[in-house]
Amino acid sequence: MSLITALARMEAVRDRRARPVATVRHRHLSDRPLVFVPLTTAGEAGAPLGALVGTERDAPRLLVVAQPRDRDLRFAFLAELAEVVLPYVDSYADDVDLEERKETDPETGKKVPVQVELCADAPQLLVPSGAGVEFVRLLGRSMRFRRTAEQDPETPFPAPARVPLLGRWLTHYGERSRVPGSCLLQAMTDLLTRHWATGQSHLEDQHLGALLAWIDPPDGMPGDEAALRAESERDAGGQLLCPPAGPATDPAFDNKLLAPAMARYDAARMAVAGAEDGARAERHLAELHRAEAEIRELIASQMRPTWDAVWRGLDLLRALPEGARVAERWKRDRWSYTGHRDRVRAGEPPQPRVDDAVTAAQKLAARETAQAQLEAQEALDDPLVMAGRRLAGEAFAGEVAEVVMAWSETKVPRPRPLVTVRTGDRPHLAEGVKLYRVLPDGRTQTGEFAGYAEPDGPDGPADPSEPDGPAGPADPDEGAEPARPGDVPEGAEGALVVRLTGGMGRGKTPEQGSVPEPGDRVCWTLFEHAPRGGPELPDPEATPWTHGGPPEAAVAQAPDPVTEEDLL
Amino acid sequence: MTAPHPATGGAPAPGGTPGGAADGEAFDPAAAAARATEAILHDTLHGPHRGVVVDSPPGAGKSTLVVRAARELAAAGRPLMVVAQTNAQVDDLVDRLAREDPELPVGRLHSSEPHPYDPVLDQHPSVRASAKVADLAGLDVVVSTAAKWAHIKGVEPWRHAIVDEAYQMRSDALLAVAGLFERALFVGDPGQLDPFSVVGADQWAGLSYDPSASAVSTLLAHNPQLPQHRLPVSWRLPASAAPLVSDAFYPYTPFRSGTGHGDRRLRFGVPSDGSGPDRVLDEAAESGWGLLELPARRTPRTDPEAVGAVALVVRRLLDRGGAAVSERSADPVPLTADRIAVGTAHRDQAAAVRAALAGLGVVGVTVDTANRLQGREFDVTVVLHPLSGRPDATEFHLETGRLCVLASRHRHACVVVCRAGVAELLDEHPSTEPVQLGVTVKFPDGWEANHAVLAHLAEHRVSWRP
Amino acid sequence: MAGRPARQPEAAGAGRPPRPGKALRQRLAELRGPATTPHPLDARALAALAANPGCRRRALLDGAGVDKLALAQALGSPAAFGQSQFAHQRGNTFEARVKADGGQALTRLLHERLRDGSPAPEPGTTTVPDLTAAGPQGRTARTALALREATAAGGWALLDHPMVSLDIAGSPAFLEPDAVVVHPDGSWTVIEIKSFPMVDGSADPAKVGAAARQAAVYALALDRVAALAGARVRHEVLLVCPKDFSNLPTAELVDVRKQLAVTRRQLTRLTRIEEIAATLPDGLTFDLRLADDGRTVTRPVEELRAAVDAVDAAYAPECLSACELAVHCRARCRAAGGVESLGRGVRGELGGLTTVEAVLAAALGEAADADRPAPPTGDPAVDALRRAAALRAEALRAAPAAVPAAGPAPAPGPAPEPAPAAVPGPAAGPAAVPGPAAVPGPAQGAACR
Repeated sequence: MSLITALARMEAVRDRRARPVATVRHRHLSDRPLVFVPLTTAGEAGAPLGALVGTERDAPRLLVVAQPRDRDLRFAFLAELAEVVLPYVDSYADDVDLEERKETDPETGKKVPVQVELCADAPQLLVPSGAGVEFVRLLGRSMRFRRTAEQDPETPFPAPARVPLLGRWLTHYGERSRVPGSCLLQAMTDLLTRHWATGQSHLEDQHLGALLAWIDPPDGMPGDEAALRAESERDAGGQLLCPPAGPATDPAFDNKLLAPAMARYDAARMAVAGAEDGARAERHLAELHRAEAEIRELIASQMRPTWDAVWRGLDLLRALPEGARVAERWKRDRWSYTGHRDRVRAGEPPQPRVDDAVTAAQKLAARETAQAQLEAQEALDDPLVMAGRRLAGEAFAGEVAEVVMAWSETKVPRPRPLVTVRTGDRPHLAEGVKLYRVLPDGRTQTGEFAGYAEPDGPDGPADPSEPDGPAGPADPDEGAEPARPGDVPEGAEGALVVRLTGGMGRGKTPEQGSVPEPGDRVCWTLFEHAPRGGPELPDPEATPWTHGGPPEAAVAQAPDPVTEEDLL
Repeated sequence: MTAPHPATGGAPAPGGTPGGAADGEAFDPAAAAARATEAILHDTLHGPHRGVVVDSPPGAGKSTLVVRAARELAAAGRPLMVVAQTNAQVDDLVDRLAREDPELPVGRLHSSEPHPYDPVLDQHPSVRASAKVADLAGLDVVVSTAAKWAHIKGVEPWRHAIVDEAYQMRSDALLAVAGLFERALFVGDPGQLDPFSVVGADQWAGLSYDPSASAVSTLLAHNPQLPQHRLPVSWRLPASAAPLVSDAFYPYTPFRSGTGHGDRRLRFGVPSDGSGPDRVLDEAAESGWGLLELPARRTPRTDPEAVGAVALVVRRLLDRGGAAVSERSADPVPLTADRIAVGTAHRDQAAAVRAALAGLGVVGVTVDTANRLQGREFDVTVVLHPLSGRPDATEFHLETGRLCVLASRHRHACVVVCRAGVAELLDEHPSTEPVQLGVTVKFPDGWEANHAVLAHLAEHRVSWRP
Repeated sequence: MAGRPARQPEAAGAGRPPRPGKALRQRLAELRGPATTPHPLDARALAALAANPGCRRRALLDGAGVDKLALAQALGSPAAFGQSQFAHQRGNTFEARVKADGGQALTRLLHERLRDGSPAPEPGTTTVPDLTAAGPQGRTARTALALREATAAGGWALLDHPMVSLDIAGSPAFLEPDAVVVHPDGSWTVIEIKSFPMVDGSADPAKVGAAARQAAVYALALDRVAALAGARVRHEVLLVCPKDFSNLPTAELVDVRKQLAVTRRQLTRLTRIEEIAATLPDGLTFDLRLADDGRTVTRPVEELRAAVDAVDAAYAPECLSACELAVHCRARCRAAGGVESLGRGVRGELGGLTTVEAVLAAALGEAADADRPAPPTGDPAVDALRRAAALRAEALRAAPAAVPAAGPAPAPGPAPEPAPAAVPGPAAGPAAVPGPAAVPGPAQGAACR
C-alpha cells in the first residue's frame, strides 16, 4: 500500500468515515447498467441458487432454483437468465458509428483505410463483488460448450436454446474484466475502493455492506460501528441482518432456513408425483407451490439488501465527476463489445477452453499496455492520483523560475529551451531521463532532464550520472517508491532544469503557448502519457518450435462430456 | 503440463557436466570448465538438436562462452543473431566481440531513440550500428535487444542465434523473436531474478507456454529432449563464497570455485581502529564474509543508521588502503573505488546510500539495486540486507534471486549490513501461499535460502551500535 | 519423479518436538482448566499454525488445547466460521463416489498421474484393508499394522480413512486423512479428496494451497510410521476433485515439499509455548468454568478478557479467515489504534510508528505544503509521511468538485484527533484554504498543465 493511501485509511480511522482517494470518477458508468446479483449453492461448483437481475432499480427480476440438484430447474434458470441478459446485450448492437481503421489489404499487402462499425455504446454488467466476477466467468465457462437440441439432435441433455450464447457473452465479459481499467463488467466493491479508503483493511473491504457503511453510514452512526453491524449483526433467529453479497450464502441461512425449506419442497414434489387421484394431486400441487414460493421468498431476502447496496453504490459514484480520459478507455470497451458482436454474427465457434500460446501472449501484452495507460491517465485526470505519483518520485510539479532559450546544434536548429522548475518534489531523475507534460491544448510535450540548477539559476546540464537502466523487466516495487531527501544532492533545493524537446511546432521559434513562462505552474511526469503496445506477434499458425509449434485446432471446441450427475 | 525447471531437476542433464569431482579426487577447475565448454560448442555446432541450454552460475564465464560460440559459429560460416535483454548487455557484448576479434564484422542493431547505444562502439572499425536491419545484412554477427528484434519482420531467418540471459527473458518475448532463427544456444543464470509481469497472469499458470514464465521453462517444456549443460566453475566467486552460494541458491546444480582458499587475499595498509566498520572489514578480509549487525529496530527502508553504516564501511575500505592479491596478478592490486559496489533492494535505498557516500566524500563507487547489479562483478561488495529493519518479510524481499544477486557479485569479500532480528522475522513469516496446479515448485524457496545465508553470516558477525 | 527432498534447516528430529516435561503438561492443563479435556487439533488446525507463526496468543492457546471457538463466544466475539450442510453433503457424496469401487478408480487415477512407466494396477487387485478398531489409539495401531502389511505385500492398497497421530506439545493429535495409497514399490501417497472443481485443469489456488498444507500434515504423521515400516512417504500428494462441472473425479499431483518444511518447523516451534507459559502470571487460566450443563459459562467475561490479554497477539486481517479468536483480537487491536488492523502491508514504511494516532501526529506535525517541505527531521518515516500529508492535502484542496465523504467526523474517533492546530486538516472543505495555483476544471489537464 502506498504511503498516501495508508494515510487516507488512517484519516478514515480518525474520522470514523471513509476518506477519498480520488477526486474524479475513474470508471465509466452506463446510464442503464445491468445489475446482476447471483447466489450459488454451497459446495457446488456451478449450481446457481438464484439471482436478481435487471436494469430497473425498483423492478429486479427474481430467478430462483428451488432444488439446485435438479438439472431441469437449473436449465430453466439459465434459460430465464438468457431471456433477461441477451436482449439487454443485443439492445446495443445496432446503434453504430462508423470509424476509419487501417487494415492490410489481402491482395496488395498494403495498409488501407477501411470503414468499420463501432457500437455507439455498450452494455455494462455490474456485480456486487470480486467473487461475483469470478462467478460470471464460471457461468460462462459452464454454458458455452453446451449443445442445444438444434445444434446436435443426439445430445443427451440438450441445453435450452439461447444458453450457449449467453455462455459466450458472459465469457467475453469475464475475460474483458481482466483488462486494467476496462468497464464492461465491474464489481461494486472494486469501484468503491478505487475512490474511497476506509478505516479497515482491504480484506474487510470485500464485504460490500461493510464498505458502504464506511462510505455512507446511516444517519448519525460512525462508519466503523456501522461496518461492524453490517458484518456481523444477527437477528433473534441467528440470521445476518446484512447477508453476504454472494455468490456464497451464509451457512446459518443454509442450515436453518434454506435446507428445511428445500426438504419441504422435495417432499411436496414426491407427494405430487405419487398422488393417486386428482384431488390429492391438486392439494399436493398447492403445497408444492407454497414450498416453492417459500424458497423464492427466502432467497430473495438474501439478495435484496445486496441489490439495494449496488444501486446505492452507483448513486455515490455518479456524484463524482467523470475523469477526462474515462471516455477514451470506454471507447476501447466499445470496440471490445463490437468485436465480440461481430464474431457471434459471423458464426465463429465459442472461445476455446485454454488460450493458445500466441493468444495468451497477446492478451498479456494488451493488459500490460492497458495497465500503463490506466496509470498514466488516472494521474493526469486526478490531482490526488498525481500526488501519489509525485510522492513516488515519478512526477514533479512546481513553478517555472526561469526560461532560457536554446537551440539544437543540428543543420536546421530546433528550439530546445531550458526551463528551470522550482519544486519541493523529489523525482527519481538521472541525466537525460525523458519527461512529459500536458500542454494547455491537450497535446503532450516532451522534454528531458538536463540537471539540477545552481541556486542562482540554470547552468546547463549537470554531470552525466548513471548509465541507462536495463530495458528489460524492472522491479515492480521500484516503480512505486516514495522519494527521499537523499535523491536531491545537497544544496540543490529542488530546482530542476528541463530541456524541452517537443510539442513546440515545426518552426525555429516555438509556437505560441508551447513554452511555459516564469511564474507558470507546471507538472512533469517521468512516465509516458500514451504508452504504446508491444510488437506484433506471429499468427497462431506460425507458433515457433520453442512454444510447441502451431496449436491443434479441433480438440478445444468439443463439448463437455455430460453425465447423469452433471451440475450444469 | 508440468513445465520442468532446469534448476529443480534432480538428475544432471543429459550431456551435462558434473558439478564437481567425487570426494577425494583432485578437482581441476580449468579442465572441468574446458570440458563443459567443449561439450557445449560441440552440441551447438554439430549437435542434432535445434536448441542447447546452458546454465551458468555467477561468474562462470558466460560472456566468455557467448563470445567464443559467436566467433566459432561465424568462423564456420554460419551468420548469427544474438539476443540480449538490455541495451547495456548488448553494448558490452559487441564491445567484447570487437576487442577479441577486431576482424569480425559485427552489427549493432539499435532503436531509433536518441543516444541508442554506447558511443564506445564507434571506436571499433568492425562494428556497424544501425536502426535498420537491412543495413546490417551480410554481417557475421548482428546483436540487439529482444525488444528490438521483436519488431523485425519479413527477413530470411538466421540459421543460428544466441539468446543471452535467457532466464531473465520472458516466454512471450521469446515467442516474438523465435521465428527469426532456426536453432539457438540459450545461455543464462537460473539463480538470478525471475521475469515478472505487472498485471496478473494467473490464468495461464501451469501452462507450458505461460507468457509470464521464463523463456527457458517454456522452451524446455516443449522440447524436453534438448541438451542442457552447466558451467561448473565460478571464476568470480572466491573459495569462501562458492560453497555457500551453490548450496543456498543452486542446491540441485552445484558448482565450484575456480580458485582455492589461498588464491585470493585482501590486505589493508592501515590497521583497524577498533570500530565496528573496521572490525567487520577485517573479518571480511580474513574470511570473505562479514556481517555488521546493528541493534534491532523497526525502520523505514532508508534507515539512516544502516545507510550511514554502509557508507562508513565503504569510506573505511578506501581509507585503509586495501590491496587485493589474486590469480590475475602476483602483485597486490590497490582496491580502488571502481572495484567496490554497494547493493540494495530498493532504488530509494540506493539513492540514500549515494547521498551518504557523497557526504563522506566518496566518489566512483557503484551503488545500485539487485536488478541493476545483475551480471556485474566487483572485488568487494557492501550489501544492505533486504530484510534489515523491516516489520515483515514480503514476497519481494524474500525473492531468492534478489539475495543471490547481492551475495554473488564479489571476487574477494562481501560485507552485509543488517539490523538484528531478521531470523525472528523469517520465523514469523506466514506461509499461506496459494498453489497453482501444474506449476513446478521452485527450489530453493526464498525463506530457506535466506535462512541459509543468515546462518552463515552469523559466523562472521560484528555487532555494532553506531 | 524420485526427486530429492526439500532441504530443511533442521531435519533431524523434526516433526517430533521434544516431549515436554510433566511440569509443562500440568501448566497447560491449568491454562485450559483442570476439568476441561484438551480440544483436539485436526490437520486443518495444525496447518493453520503456519498462517501466523508470530502470534504467541494462538501458539499458547493451541498448545494448551483450549477451545478457541468457545472462548471467542464467551468473550462475546464469536467467529463467523461454519459450514453449510449443502457443502458438507456434497463433500461426502463426492468422496463416497470416488471410493465407491473399492479404490480401483483412485489407484488408476494415481497411476495415470505418476507417468512413471510402471504397469497400471490390474482391475480388482487393489486391496482395501479393514481398519476398524476401538478408539483413536486402536485405529492408529490398526492403521500402522495395515500399512506394514500392505507394504510387505508389494501390491496396490487403499487405506480408507486411516488414522495417524502426531505429538503436539505432549499430547497426541489424531488425524484422519481421506485415504492413503500403498504402491507396489512400498511407497505411500496421501490422497486428499476435495469438492471444489478442477475446471480445465486448474483450480482455485487458495483452496489448493490449503489442501496442500493439510495433506502435508498427514504426510508428516505418516513419515514416522513409514520409518518403522521401512517405507517412504512420497512428497507429492494426489489431490482429487470433481472434473469441470461434473461429478466425475479428476486428479493432480501436488508437490508438498515446501509445506512439509513449513509444518515441520511450526511443530518444532510449538515447544516455544514453554517459554510463553513461563512468562505468564501464576494462576492464569482460560477456564470457562462451564456449569453442570456443560454449556453455560460461569467465568466473568472481564476475567477472561484479562486472561487473554495477558498473552501477546500478532493480529493481522488475514487472521479473520484463519483463527476463531480473530474478531476479539481485531477489536483489541483497533481499540489500541494498531496500524496492523489496516493490513500487514501498512507497516512497511512507518518505521517505529505503530499506532494510527502516532502516524497522524507525525504526518500533520508541522505546517507544510507540497512546495515548501518541512525541514527534515532525520526520521525518514516522519519526513515521508509529512510529504505525503502535504501532497494529499494540496490535491484535495485542488479537487475540481466537492469530494464526497470529506465531511468532519460525526463523533470523536477511537483515536483522539491529534489536533493539528497550525495545519488546516485535510478534512477542511475545499474552500477553506486557497490552493497553491488556480485550479482548472475537470477538463483535460486537470491535474497537470
